[in-house]
Amino acid sequence: MSATAVHSLWTTAAAGTDSISKIPAPKIEYGQLSPTLIVVGAAIVGVLIEAFVPRRSRYYAQVFVSAVALCAAFAAVVALAADGYGTTKAHIAAMGAIAVDGPSLFLQGTILLAGLVGLFTFAERRLDPEAHGNRVDSFAAQAASVPGSDSEKAAVKAGFTTTEVFPLLLFAIAGMLVFPSANDLLTLFVALEVFSLPLYLLCALARRKRLMSQEAAVKYFLLGAFASAFTLFGIALLYGYAGSVSYARIAQVVDGTVTNVDPALADTMGNDALLLVGGAMIVMGLLFKVGAVPFHMWTPDVYQGAPTPVTGFMAAATKVAAFGALLRLLYVVLPGLRWDWRPVMWAVAIVTMLGGAIVAITQTDIKRLLAYSSIAHAGFILAGVIATSKDGVSSVLFYLGAYSFVTIGAFAVVTLVRDAGGEATHLSKWAGLGRRSPLVAAVFAVFLLAFAGIPLTSGFAGKFAVFKAAAEGGAAPLVVVGVISSAVAAFFYIRVIVLMFFSEPRPEGPTVAVPSPLTMTAIGLGVVVTLVLGVAPQYFLDLASQAGVFVR
Amino acid sequence: MSFPLLTATAVLPALGAVATAAVPAARRTAAKWLALVVSLATLALAITVLVRFDPDGGRYQLTESHAWIADFGVRYELGVDGIAVALIALTALLMPFIILAGWHDADPLETGSRRWRPTQGFFALILGVEAMVIISFEATDVFLFYIFFEAMLIPMYFLIGGFGDRAHEHGEEAASTQRSYAAVKFLLYNLVGGLIMLAAVIGLYVVAGNFSLQEIAEARANGSLHMATNTERWLFLGFFFAFAVKAPLWPLHTWLPNAMQESTAPVAVLITAVVDKVGTFAMLRFCLQLFPEASKWATPAILVLALISIIYGALLAVGQRDIKRLVAYASISHFGFIIMGIFAMTSQGQSGATLYMVNHGISTAALMLVAGFLISRRGSRLIADYGGVQKVAPVLAGTFLIGGLATLSLPGLAPFVSEFLVLVGTFTRYPAVGIIATFGIVLAALYTLVLYQRTMTGPVKQEVSAMPDLRARELLVVAPLIVLLIFLGVYPKPVTDIVNPAVKSTLSDVHKKDPKPSVEAAK
Repeated sequence: MSATAVHSLWTTAAAGTDSISKIPAPKIEYGQLSPTLIVVGAAIVGVLIEAFVPRRSRYYAQVFVSAVALCAAFAAVVALAADGYGTTKAHIAAMGAIAVDGPSLFLQGTILLAGLVGLFTFAERRLDPEAHGNRVDSFAAQAASVPGSDSEKAAVKAGFTTTEVFPLLLFAIAGMLVFPSANDLLTLFVALEVFSLPLYLLCALARRKRLMSQEAAVKYFLLGAFASAFTLFGIALLYGYAGSVSYARIAQVVDGTVTNVDPALADTMGNDALLLVGGAMIVMGLLFKVGAVPFHMWTPDVYQGAPTPVTGFMAAATKVAAFGALLRLLYVVLPGLRWDWRPVMWAVAIVTMLGGAIVAITQTDIKRLLAYSSIAHAGFILAGVIATSKDGVSSVLFYLGAYSFVTIGAFAVVTLVRDAGGEATHLSKWAGLGRRSPLVAAVFAVFLLAFAGIPLTSGFAGKFAVFKAAAEGGAAPLVVVGVISSAVAAFFYIRVIVLMFFSEPRPEGPTVAVPSPLTMTAIGLGVVVTLVLGVAPQYFLDLASQAGVFVR
Repeated sequence: MSFPLLTATAVLPALGAVATAAVPAARRTAAKWLALVVSLATLALAITVLVRFDPDGGRYQLTESHAWIADFGVRYELGVDGIAVALIALTALLMPFIILAGWHDADPLETGSRRWRPTQGFFALILGVEAMVIISFEATDVFLFYIFFEAMLIPMYFLIGGFGDRAHEHGEEAASTQRSYAAVKFLLYNLVGGLIMLAAVIGLYVVAGNFSLQEIAEARANGSLHMATNTERWLFLGFFFAFAVKAPLWPLHTWLPNAMQESTAPVAVLITAVVDKVGTFAMLRFCLQLFPEASKWATPAILVLALISIIYGALLAVGQRDIKRLVAYASISHFGFIIMGIFAMTSQGQSGATLYMVNHGISTAALMLVAGFLISRRGSRLIADYGGVQKVAPVLAGTFLIGGLATLSLPGLAPFVSEFLVLVGTFTRYPAVGIIATFGIVLAALYTLVLYQRTMTGPVKQEVSAMPDLRARELLVVAPLIVLLIFLGVYPKPVTDIVNPAVKSTLSDVHKKDPKPSVEAAK
């Protein structure tokens, strides 16, 4: 049955002509949806583990289930891609709700890998000193206990750990898997909420500096809810415009190729005001998620307050998912409108690149610095989005893949540098780190150079790809702004390197914790991917360019 | 497939860098010897390149070409013309001396952590820079060149910021601050230049569809690739800006005095004698070949900037109190000559400019390294702190004098030939420019001789009275350089023979012929 048919469900019901008994059973392609289904299933198992498994073995059970699920889901993505679902067999599954195509599979693979690496940093238990003989991770002993209260102390003493973070992580990943492949606006919205809510929670769960963490979560939640509301309002307006929430249907209406206008919607259908306002509102919601200026206000506070493993995961995977959704929306639903959205996106990209880079200069906290740097990177990626070409899509895909590993790796390094109060995130404490722990400082320097886009790192390959696509797409001025803000951004990355290598170490400076193999894997993988994508990016560029076509 | 000689020449020092960095902390001396041996082996490879290169053969020789990043239209393409061969030889030649001269520069003052290995790092970074410089001389793919042109900044940055000159009037704290200031300034100037070039590189791709220097130059020559006038000019400016920062050309030169002043003498030599040459080399190879029309369009402005560099650099050199800053400003003046020679668009001018790059490398190395030995003895860079050194350390003073005389282009020493060629080449096309540039020579005599007079002659100062003369290691560094300066001064033919054909083909790319002599020879 066709994609549009399911949506006649609502339209016909509104018209009241058909009887309800005619609705056929939905046809679900379980195989093609298996990556998402595996992750959701594992998340539910995780919830059950919380309920039934003894506290002592929950951690191991959760980590095991999550790791297996993410690996299996990744294997499923690879199998689907190998089967040709990314290219020739790309189509729309689940009654028009989910697109299984190149960009979907590429982004799902990226999200799953980022999730797996993120899981490693979540599961790290060797960084914090043991509390009362129990190993602890980065998360609060008991989220419900008031910070500083007796109940918190009791929870710490009893050795509680918040193993709920693992199912939360899986739910978030599941939502992110659906988000870039959603093929109708309602699925888009559901996915948005499914991945956002667990993230709000995760942000509040820091073991140290709990008040800051909770404040970050509240800010993120309030602003996020606001953005979601915008998105939902936009969806409603677009439905009014097109009479359907299906991407394909809306695109047809935008292109003016629809003939059978529903009588009940004849008044509003094709009303450009609805289209423009609705489209703008949805895009706004997505720009909020990617952290583009002027919707970036939450980024520094949340990045700083959230537990660092969560920050790393969120910075990488949310960006991947949200840019995926943005690409699909702009390329599949609103290509007919590109003369309207391109100037707006130009402006957004320019202020995002410049704003992120310039404000980052004044930052004194490493996590805030990385937050502003992520804003600047969102601007660079937007330059690729604006290209509106196949190269644009594949360059964005490549950039997202490269960027997420650098980001998780960089935040994983941040978790290592600690003093008595937990992570030492103030920049002044990083002075002379290169003398004390040359290896850790060198690794972080590699990540910073990749962020700065120095050749032979993945950051350069990615930046080159998006700028090339943008230049070919006729956005040469954007490229010029891009290189200028890269130069500005380089300044603050270099400043951190100066601090680490050329400043005298402070006598009371932080120590570098020796992590377990989990965090080491996360960091090591980050370094390897950064260098491989920098020196020999061809294979991955091929992959991205094969994956660069959306199914309609 | 034949042995990839060019790749080997670049890969050997890179591997050497990795190996040197991996030497255990306690085996500091082993790391130094390893670095020296690697640099000598690289020299041997560079000499092989020199021997295998046939000056009268094809334009690019010893070429290698492999697929690399097809999506970006990038190939791993190497090839050398005479200009590149001469500069590769210069680089490989100077490296052992730089390493020998810096033998004790990175010995740790205090023991930091167990894993803190500054000595290994210092020599590994030097070899890393060598590898990147060599490959950027070899690259005939614009993107490949760009990657190493940019990447070389990172090891240079650590060399400047991490291993500064220990002689500082205000103590170690101030030295550390100034050092990181110099390193950051170096990096930001060059990075901004590089990023602007990146925009132009992308623009070039959009216009040409690939990055192969030969293909693009050919397509431009036979007219199959047309660039709009304005596009070509913008792209040219993007490239030229980066090279002018690197070279450095007034007014983008201000990072050089800081960088040279704060780094150790061998690193200062590395900057000015080796790394900066990539900038002038790239003007010849990329600006002129890719954008011939725009190059001609920009020539008047560039000549004016070059003239300003020559005079301004020399004037500021006269006024310096600090020996290393003086050499830095002298270098700025000399880079003005090189750039003037390139854009005079005559065969003498460009041959002279290439020869100048080689000779300036050798003469600056001689002068700067001896100055470094002098400074390390007294612990001060200020000219006023010296006096009468020639009575205490005659060999040091003598070698310093020869280095200085080479810098002022005394006939009989190598730089004279190149400076003469540049001036003649400029004069035949732009007489006024040639005449003004000649004042640079007069000023050069002034700053060199005054420097010599103040430091080496006169009554012996108390602090230098016990100054030891050059040691065996130091003599080993200086003597071969001086021999070379004299040899190339008397007999420059080996270098000019290699360079001339390459210059001819570069000139034919810009469709310029040498102007006819305006005065008929007397019958």
